[in-house]
Amino acid sequence: MKLTRRELLLSTGALAASALFPPLLYAQQGAKTPAPRKGGILNVHLGSEQRILNPSLRASTGVYIVTSKIIESLVDLDANGKVVPVLATSWNASKDGKTVTFKLREGVTWHDGKPFTSADVQYNALELWKKHLNFGTALQRNLEAVDTPDKYTAVFRYSRPIPTELLLRGLADLGYVVPRHVFEGTNVLENPANTAPIGTGPYKFVQYERGQFIIAERNPKYWRKDQPYLDRIVWRIITDKSAATAAIETGQLQLSAYSQLTLADLDRLKKNPEFVVTSKGLEANQFNNTLEFNFRRKEIADVRVRRAIAHSINAQFFIDNFLYGQGKPATGPIPSTSTAFYPTDSKQPYPYDKKRAEALLDEAGYKRGAGGIRFNLKLVVIPNGEDVPLLGTFIQQSLAEVGIKVDIATYDYAGALSAVYKEHNFDIATGWHQYRGDPAVSTTVWFRSGSPAGSPWTNQYGWQSDKVDKLIDDAASEVNPVKRKALYAEFVREVNDQLPIHFVTQREFYSVFSKKLQNSHNTSRWPSSDWSDAWLQA
Amino acid sequence: MRFLSLAGRRLAAALPALVIILAGLFLLLQLAPGDTVDALVAQMGGGDASMIEALRRHYALDQSTSVRLGDYLWRLIHLDLGHSAIYGKPVAEVIVDRLPATLLLMGSALALAFAAGMGLGIIAARRVNRWPDTLISTLGLIFYATPSFWFGLMGIFVFAIYLGWLPAGGFGSIGSGLTGFARVLDIAYYLILPTLTLALIFLATYLRIMRASMLEVATLDFVRTARAKGLSDNTVVVRHILRNALLPMVTLIGLQAGTMLGGSVVVESVFSLPGLGRLAYESVMQRDLNTLLGVVFVSALLVITINFIVDLLYARLDPRISSGH
Repeated sequence: MKLTRRELLLSTGALAASALFPPLLYAQQGAKTPAPRKGGILNVHLGSEQRILNPSLRASTGVYIVTSKIIESLVDLDANGKVVPVLATSWNASKDGKTVTFKLREGVTWHDGKPFTSADVQYNALELWKKHLNFGTALQRNLEAVDTPDKYTAVFRYSRPIPTELLLRGLADLGYVVPRHVFEGTNVLENPANTAPIGTGPYKFVQYERGQFIIAERNPKYWRKDQPYLDRIVWRIITDKSAATAAIETGQLQLSAYSQLTLADLDRLKKNPEFVVTSKGLEANQFNNTLEFNFRRKEIADVRVRRAIAHSINAQFFIDNFLYGQGKPATGPIPSTSTAFYPTDSKQPYPYDKKRAEALLDEAGYKRGAGGIRFNLKLVVIPNGEDVPLLGTFIQQSLAEVGIKVDIATYDYAGALSAVYKEHNFDIATGWHQYRGDPAVSTTVWFRSGSPAGSPWTNQYGWQSDKVDKLIDDAASEVNPVKRKALYAEFVREVNDQLPIHFVTQREFYSVFSKKLQNSHNTSRWPSSDWSDAWLQA
Repeated sequence: MRFLSLAGRRLAAALPALVIILAGLFLLLQLAPGDTVDALVAQMGGGDASMIEALRRHYALDQSTSVRLGDYLWRLIHLDLGHSAIYGKPVAEVIVDRLPATLLLMGSALALAFAAGMGLGIIAARRVNRWPDTLISTLGLIFYATPSFWFGLMGIFVFAIYLGWLPAGGFGSIGSGLTGFARVLDIAYYLILPTLTLALIFLATYLRIMRASMLEVATLDFVRTARAKGLSDNTVVVRHILRNALLPMVTLIGLQAGTMLGGSVVVESVFSLPGLGRLAYESVMQRDLNTLLGVVFVSALLVITINFIVDLLYARLDPRISSGH
């Protein structure tokens, strides 16, 4: 064999390169994933049964975890939270922010064989998202019409400017499209397709056994070529958390998302080499432990008392000792992971300081009386998760130390919400605030005045601020992202100062999954994404 | 004919009680804070006022309590249990879906508890105050004192996770496409742990009653007569003592049928079985009035039926009862 000069140079060059950059080559080899395997059944935990499986009527993670594989949204979020195309391929907004034009994907068919067109989007936006979808009704409040100049163009027209990034980020959750020809002219809330969903997604609905399982199988005509990889997805309904952990450990389940296991089990499974426990891939859904105040109580109406209560709760201690270190103290209503809005100079507004708390209470005129007690409060625990009752007792003990006696009222979920948000029968309450990517979607409604009694997680605290109301309204229609961020920074400053709600912690959801599951948790709302590229090792 | 008239009389006597139970429960649930729309909105994570109002109209919750109670009773007369808010289909269908799991679990647990309790009770009574008696009585006490969810979870831990012999939960293999006898075996395999868990608690009661009743009957005159006739010890026990000692055991079946339905809530949750108990629990949490009342209605019928069978059994065991003395 004869080497030419050129070949010799090339090969020595390659050698030199490998000598110079061995870690790089190694890293590339390590990162090289095996080719996806077709086949296999993925078994997924479903912790609570949903009434209907239609994400264009019901926005909740319990619905998405099943339906987002069957029904697709206009857009989704990538690993960095950036909006990426799904059924919409591109979009642009007019200068005044009142018109947003979507180009739709061509050649997509519904599972029943009919083509997907702009008429479907028009129907969903006006009849389902604007009229029925929780959070969607607020997002599309100013939507006046959807024009369909051709089969693959939908033009959304609004009466007030809507920030494009608010609309798009919102649509990842609130932009699921169901077939118009199935829903039009029926009672949409009782349509049979609500429990036997039809969509355009990578998996087709097969069977729903109430109380037991839901099955979906591969859609062979899916528009992403060669996907999906899995034969089937089976969601098993297991309401008991310990039983679900057992099912994970015996291999009956390969995935449990959105923190549906007990905190103790999540911590224990971290040490098991067969499973991954992670919050990566769930960044789009953040939540806080909150403390809501009822301004109808005269003591609470004094801002010094509210600040004193915030100062007397040691959030870090609670996180370390009750939450197995999951989370960190919050700095306000917008979580630090929401970089588009998080004010960079934020810090914990009322850090743990018992002396300061006592001084504030003395200053407000509530001296310690008989038995060292200043006054009594009724605390309603809203049991979103197992951690809430724990925080309830933690608050009780913390406030006892500064002379406030707390009586805990225990209800179930529906009862607690109704006590707080309908009957206003509480002095303080504690539960979760769930942040959905944009303050205008999930968060400002907690502070805006004017919500009638009976709407959970709205401002029912007997508190009102003209300044905050105006900031909220301005920010919701401010199309310039820089100005919008500044408005929210001011909003955070104002509500941290007035403190109608104290945000105690900032937390993420966790997933547990088998290491056999590949290409998972690779987007920021992965459990609610389509799983078209996920596959299982043999 | 006699049988039918007896059954008819039983049902007629139970009807007023049934109506009172249903109407009472309906009113009691009005006192619970929150309705099914509150529960739904809680599950969804929030919603705005107009949507909530529309949902209330959808579930007819905008009507007054008395109108809804009247509607409910009127429909009940037509044997219509109404529409389930959680499942969006007729309550009767929902219940029929859930009944097999509950009946299987209850039936097998009851049979096991009765048989094992009887057997152990006999052994304990025949070796009274000796070591087998002490051992059996202690075990019975432990079973009785341990909560069933703990038994269930420990059973899962040992037999499903650690040994890997039995499934951790569920009601048959999903999507296996098994039919006929293979399917029966498959479901039986999934029901071993739940049946054992539910049976252990009740077994303790049967064992204690059997033992006490055996000891009591053994002191009666006719037993002495039988012994004096020269019958063997085994014949005396089986033919004379056992039959008479069984009466309180049979009574207990009737009494415990209701309790067992309640106990199965826990077992059904721990083993993820699609039964009536879990359905009832979910309907309470979701404030699904129609489903809950339906479950109560069917459970009450079930308890009435079991008690009726128990009455027939009495007559069989002790002819004096049926002859009206």
